[in-house]
Amino acid sequence: MQDILDRVKANPKFLEFVAMRNRYSIIMTIVSASAYYGFILLVAFEGPWLGTKLGAGMTTSVGVPLGVGVIVFTIILTWIYVRRANGEFDEINANLIAEAQK
Amino acid sequence: MNSKHLLAAVAALTVAGGAIAAGADLGQTAKQATNWTAIVMFAIFVLATLWITKWAASKTKSAADFYTAGGGITGFQNGLAIAGDYMSAASFLGISGLVFANGFDGLIFSIGWLVGWPVITFLMAERLRNLGKFTFADVASYRFAQMPVRTFAAISTLVVVAFYMIAQMVGAGQLIKVLFGMEYIYAEILVGTIMMMYVLFGGMTATTWVQIIKACMLLGGATFMALAVLFQFGFSPEALFTKAVEVHSKHDAIMAPGALIKDPISAISVGMALMFGTAGLPHILMRFFTVPNAKEARKSVAWATTWIGYFYILTFIIGFGAITNLIGDPSAYYVDGEIAKGLRGGGNMAAVHLSQAVGGNLFLGFISAVAFATILAVVAGLTLSGASAVSHDLYASVFKHGQVTSDAELRVSKITTVCLGILAVVLGIAFEKENVAYMVMLAFVIACSGNFPVLFMSVLWRNCTTRGVVVGGTVGLILAVVLTVGSASVWEAVLKYPKGSAWFPYNSAAIFSMSAAFFTIWLVSILDNSAQAKKERALFPAQQLRSETGLGAAGASGH
Repeated sequence: MQDILDRVKANPKFLEFVAMRNRYSIIMTIVSASAYYGFILLVAFEGPWLGTKLGAGMTTSVGVPLGVGVIVFTIILTWIYVRRANGEFDEINANLIAEAQK
Repeated sequence: MNSKHLLAAVAALTVAGGAIAAGADLGQTAKQATNWTAIVMFAIFVLATLWITKWAASKTKSAADFYTAGGGITGFQNGLAIAGDYMSAASFLGISGLVFANGFDGLIFSIGWLVGWPVITFLMAERLRNLGKFTFADVASYRFAQMPVRTFAAISTLVVVAFYMIAQMVGAGQLIKVLFGMEYIYAEILVGTIMMMYVLFGGMTATTWVQIIKACMLLGGATFMALAVLFQFGFSPEALFTKAVEVHSKHDAIMAPGALIKDPISAISVGMALMFGTAGLPHILMRFFTVPNAKEARKSVAWATTWIGYFYILTFIIGFGAITNLIGDPSAYYVDGEIAKGLRGGGNMAAVHLSQAVGGNLFLGFISAVAFATILAVVAGLTLSGASAVSHDLYASVFKHGQVTSDAELRVSKITTVCLGILAVVLGIAFEKENVAYMVMLAFVIACSGNFPVLFMSVLWRNCTTRGVVVGGTVGLILAVVLTVGSASVWEAVLKYPKGSAWFPYNSAAIFSMSAAFFTIWLVSILDNSAQAKKERALFPAQQLRSETGLGAAGASGH
């Protein structure tokens, strides 16, 4: 077991993989934080704009689809990450371990 | 306090930008007539869950079973359980009540309570699962000196659990008065006893299933209400909004943000507490050890995010449905039939009254029972998390240096569970008349200033050391508490100092306390040149390997 650990650690592909995945995690975090803070800043500074109507004679305001959109976007973002991590990333991971076991 | 005052208080809080209170507190309530349907439905829920507890007890033999249900929960089940842990009575009744009173503003809160989940997904879930076994302290102390880091983590866990718990227990007491028409004290004893039975006999297995059942009931009930409302308007949200604007006293103002956000710094600070605090709540973090591997851990957060987000969209529809259904029939839902006197039972009862409007007395009983059962599930999760901090971190790791049998550890967890149960009841009674609105938010601020920076830095930063995390985490925890005490929601609303005398001007301490924690961890760590620090840095590659690949991670046991 220790051999395998050492070999994975020594594999330059391992650190490359970790760096790539960390970068991806951080980008995703920034994207979701921007969506949230973007919305909050709109509420703070552009409140009246959020209250404007979607169309003439309508009651639904711009803020409603936008707010619900932030919720839906957040859900979609987590699924995008999980699909990629459970598919592509886990595969690279498994290959790295398999390589070390040879 | 009568309901008119209550409505006024709710309105005042909201207008004052009480981002702290809404969705976190139910305030004082007035006792209503005894609701037998609700009591019977709740009794059925309790019997069913106790029957499950009996089954779970037969599977809870080791400390691992007690803490993590043997690690055999699937990602989908765990996602539901996390949602059950997180969706509180206050977020169901409080947010729908807020939408009922102010419309659009309620949506802003909902979004805030959701933003923590992507952070957990992207940064924490799989690393937690790969490094940890029973508690988040396992992760934080992985390559560090066990004693100081675990002691810090256990204290921080207990502080977060205590504040969160008091808010839930007081909420239970207030709710039982309006939902069942029973006395406050019964709620404390009921919740304390039943929750203790779940945790004591069924450990994590029973707690998980209670949370799953509660999540399904809450999501099912809320879905039915939202569909019933949309059905009235031919499934056209536009028609629903039009009718709501027509009948609501604020008219078109309910479609735009109100005076919710006082200043951008408070808004950002509250946002930070919600965003990173969720990733530091011990009872939530603990749930990641119940799944067999990192893949399932990731799936659990994705499912949890989905259910919680879906639930918040429902509360928005329910709030608007309450506007269109209740305002037109004041004699049925308002005090003395007068709109000016407010909703019977207070502004948080909008969803409960709506359940009667769309589903009759039987459905009213069901929703009341669900709202109360919700508290049970949350409190059980909190107790389990507090008990494991004491038995696994303090007793087994700090006092016994890991030289302890599973049986002895299990015994200590059970004794702690009983103590926490009694403590919860006592605190619930002691705080009956107190204003506990700030407590859930304080729990989030402590979690984001103490637990989250410690976890984040210990897992991801090579140069981090024991001294760094212990000093930094402590600075974050203390600042979080001190600054919160100095803010208006405690200084003026609880300590009764004159209005305007609060010396901390913002709604949430997070922006300062969390930054201070990160900065201190960094500073103390880079200045730490001890032999211990060198050893810890040298251990980083091995830790990184395990946290990133799952090689050597604790597997599922006994299934």
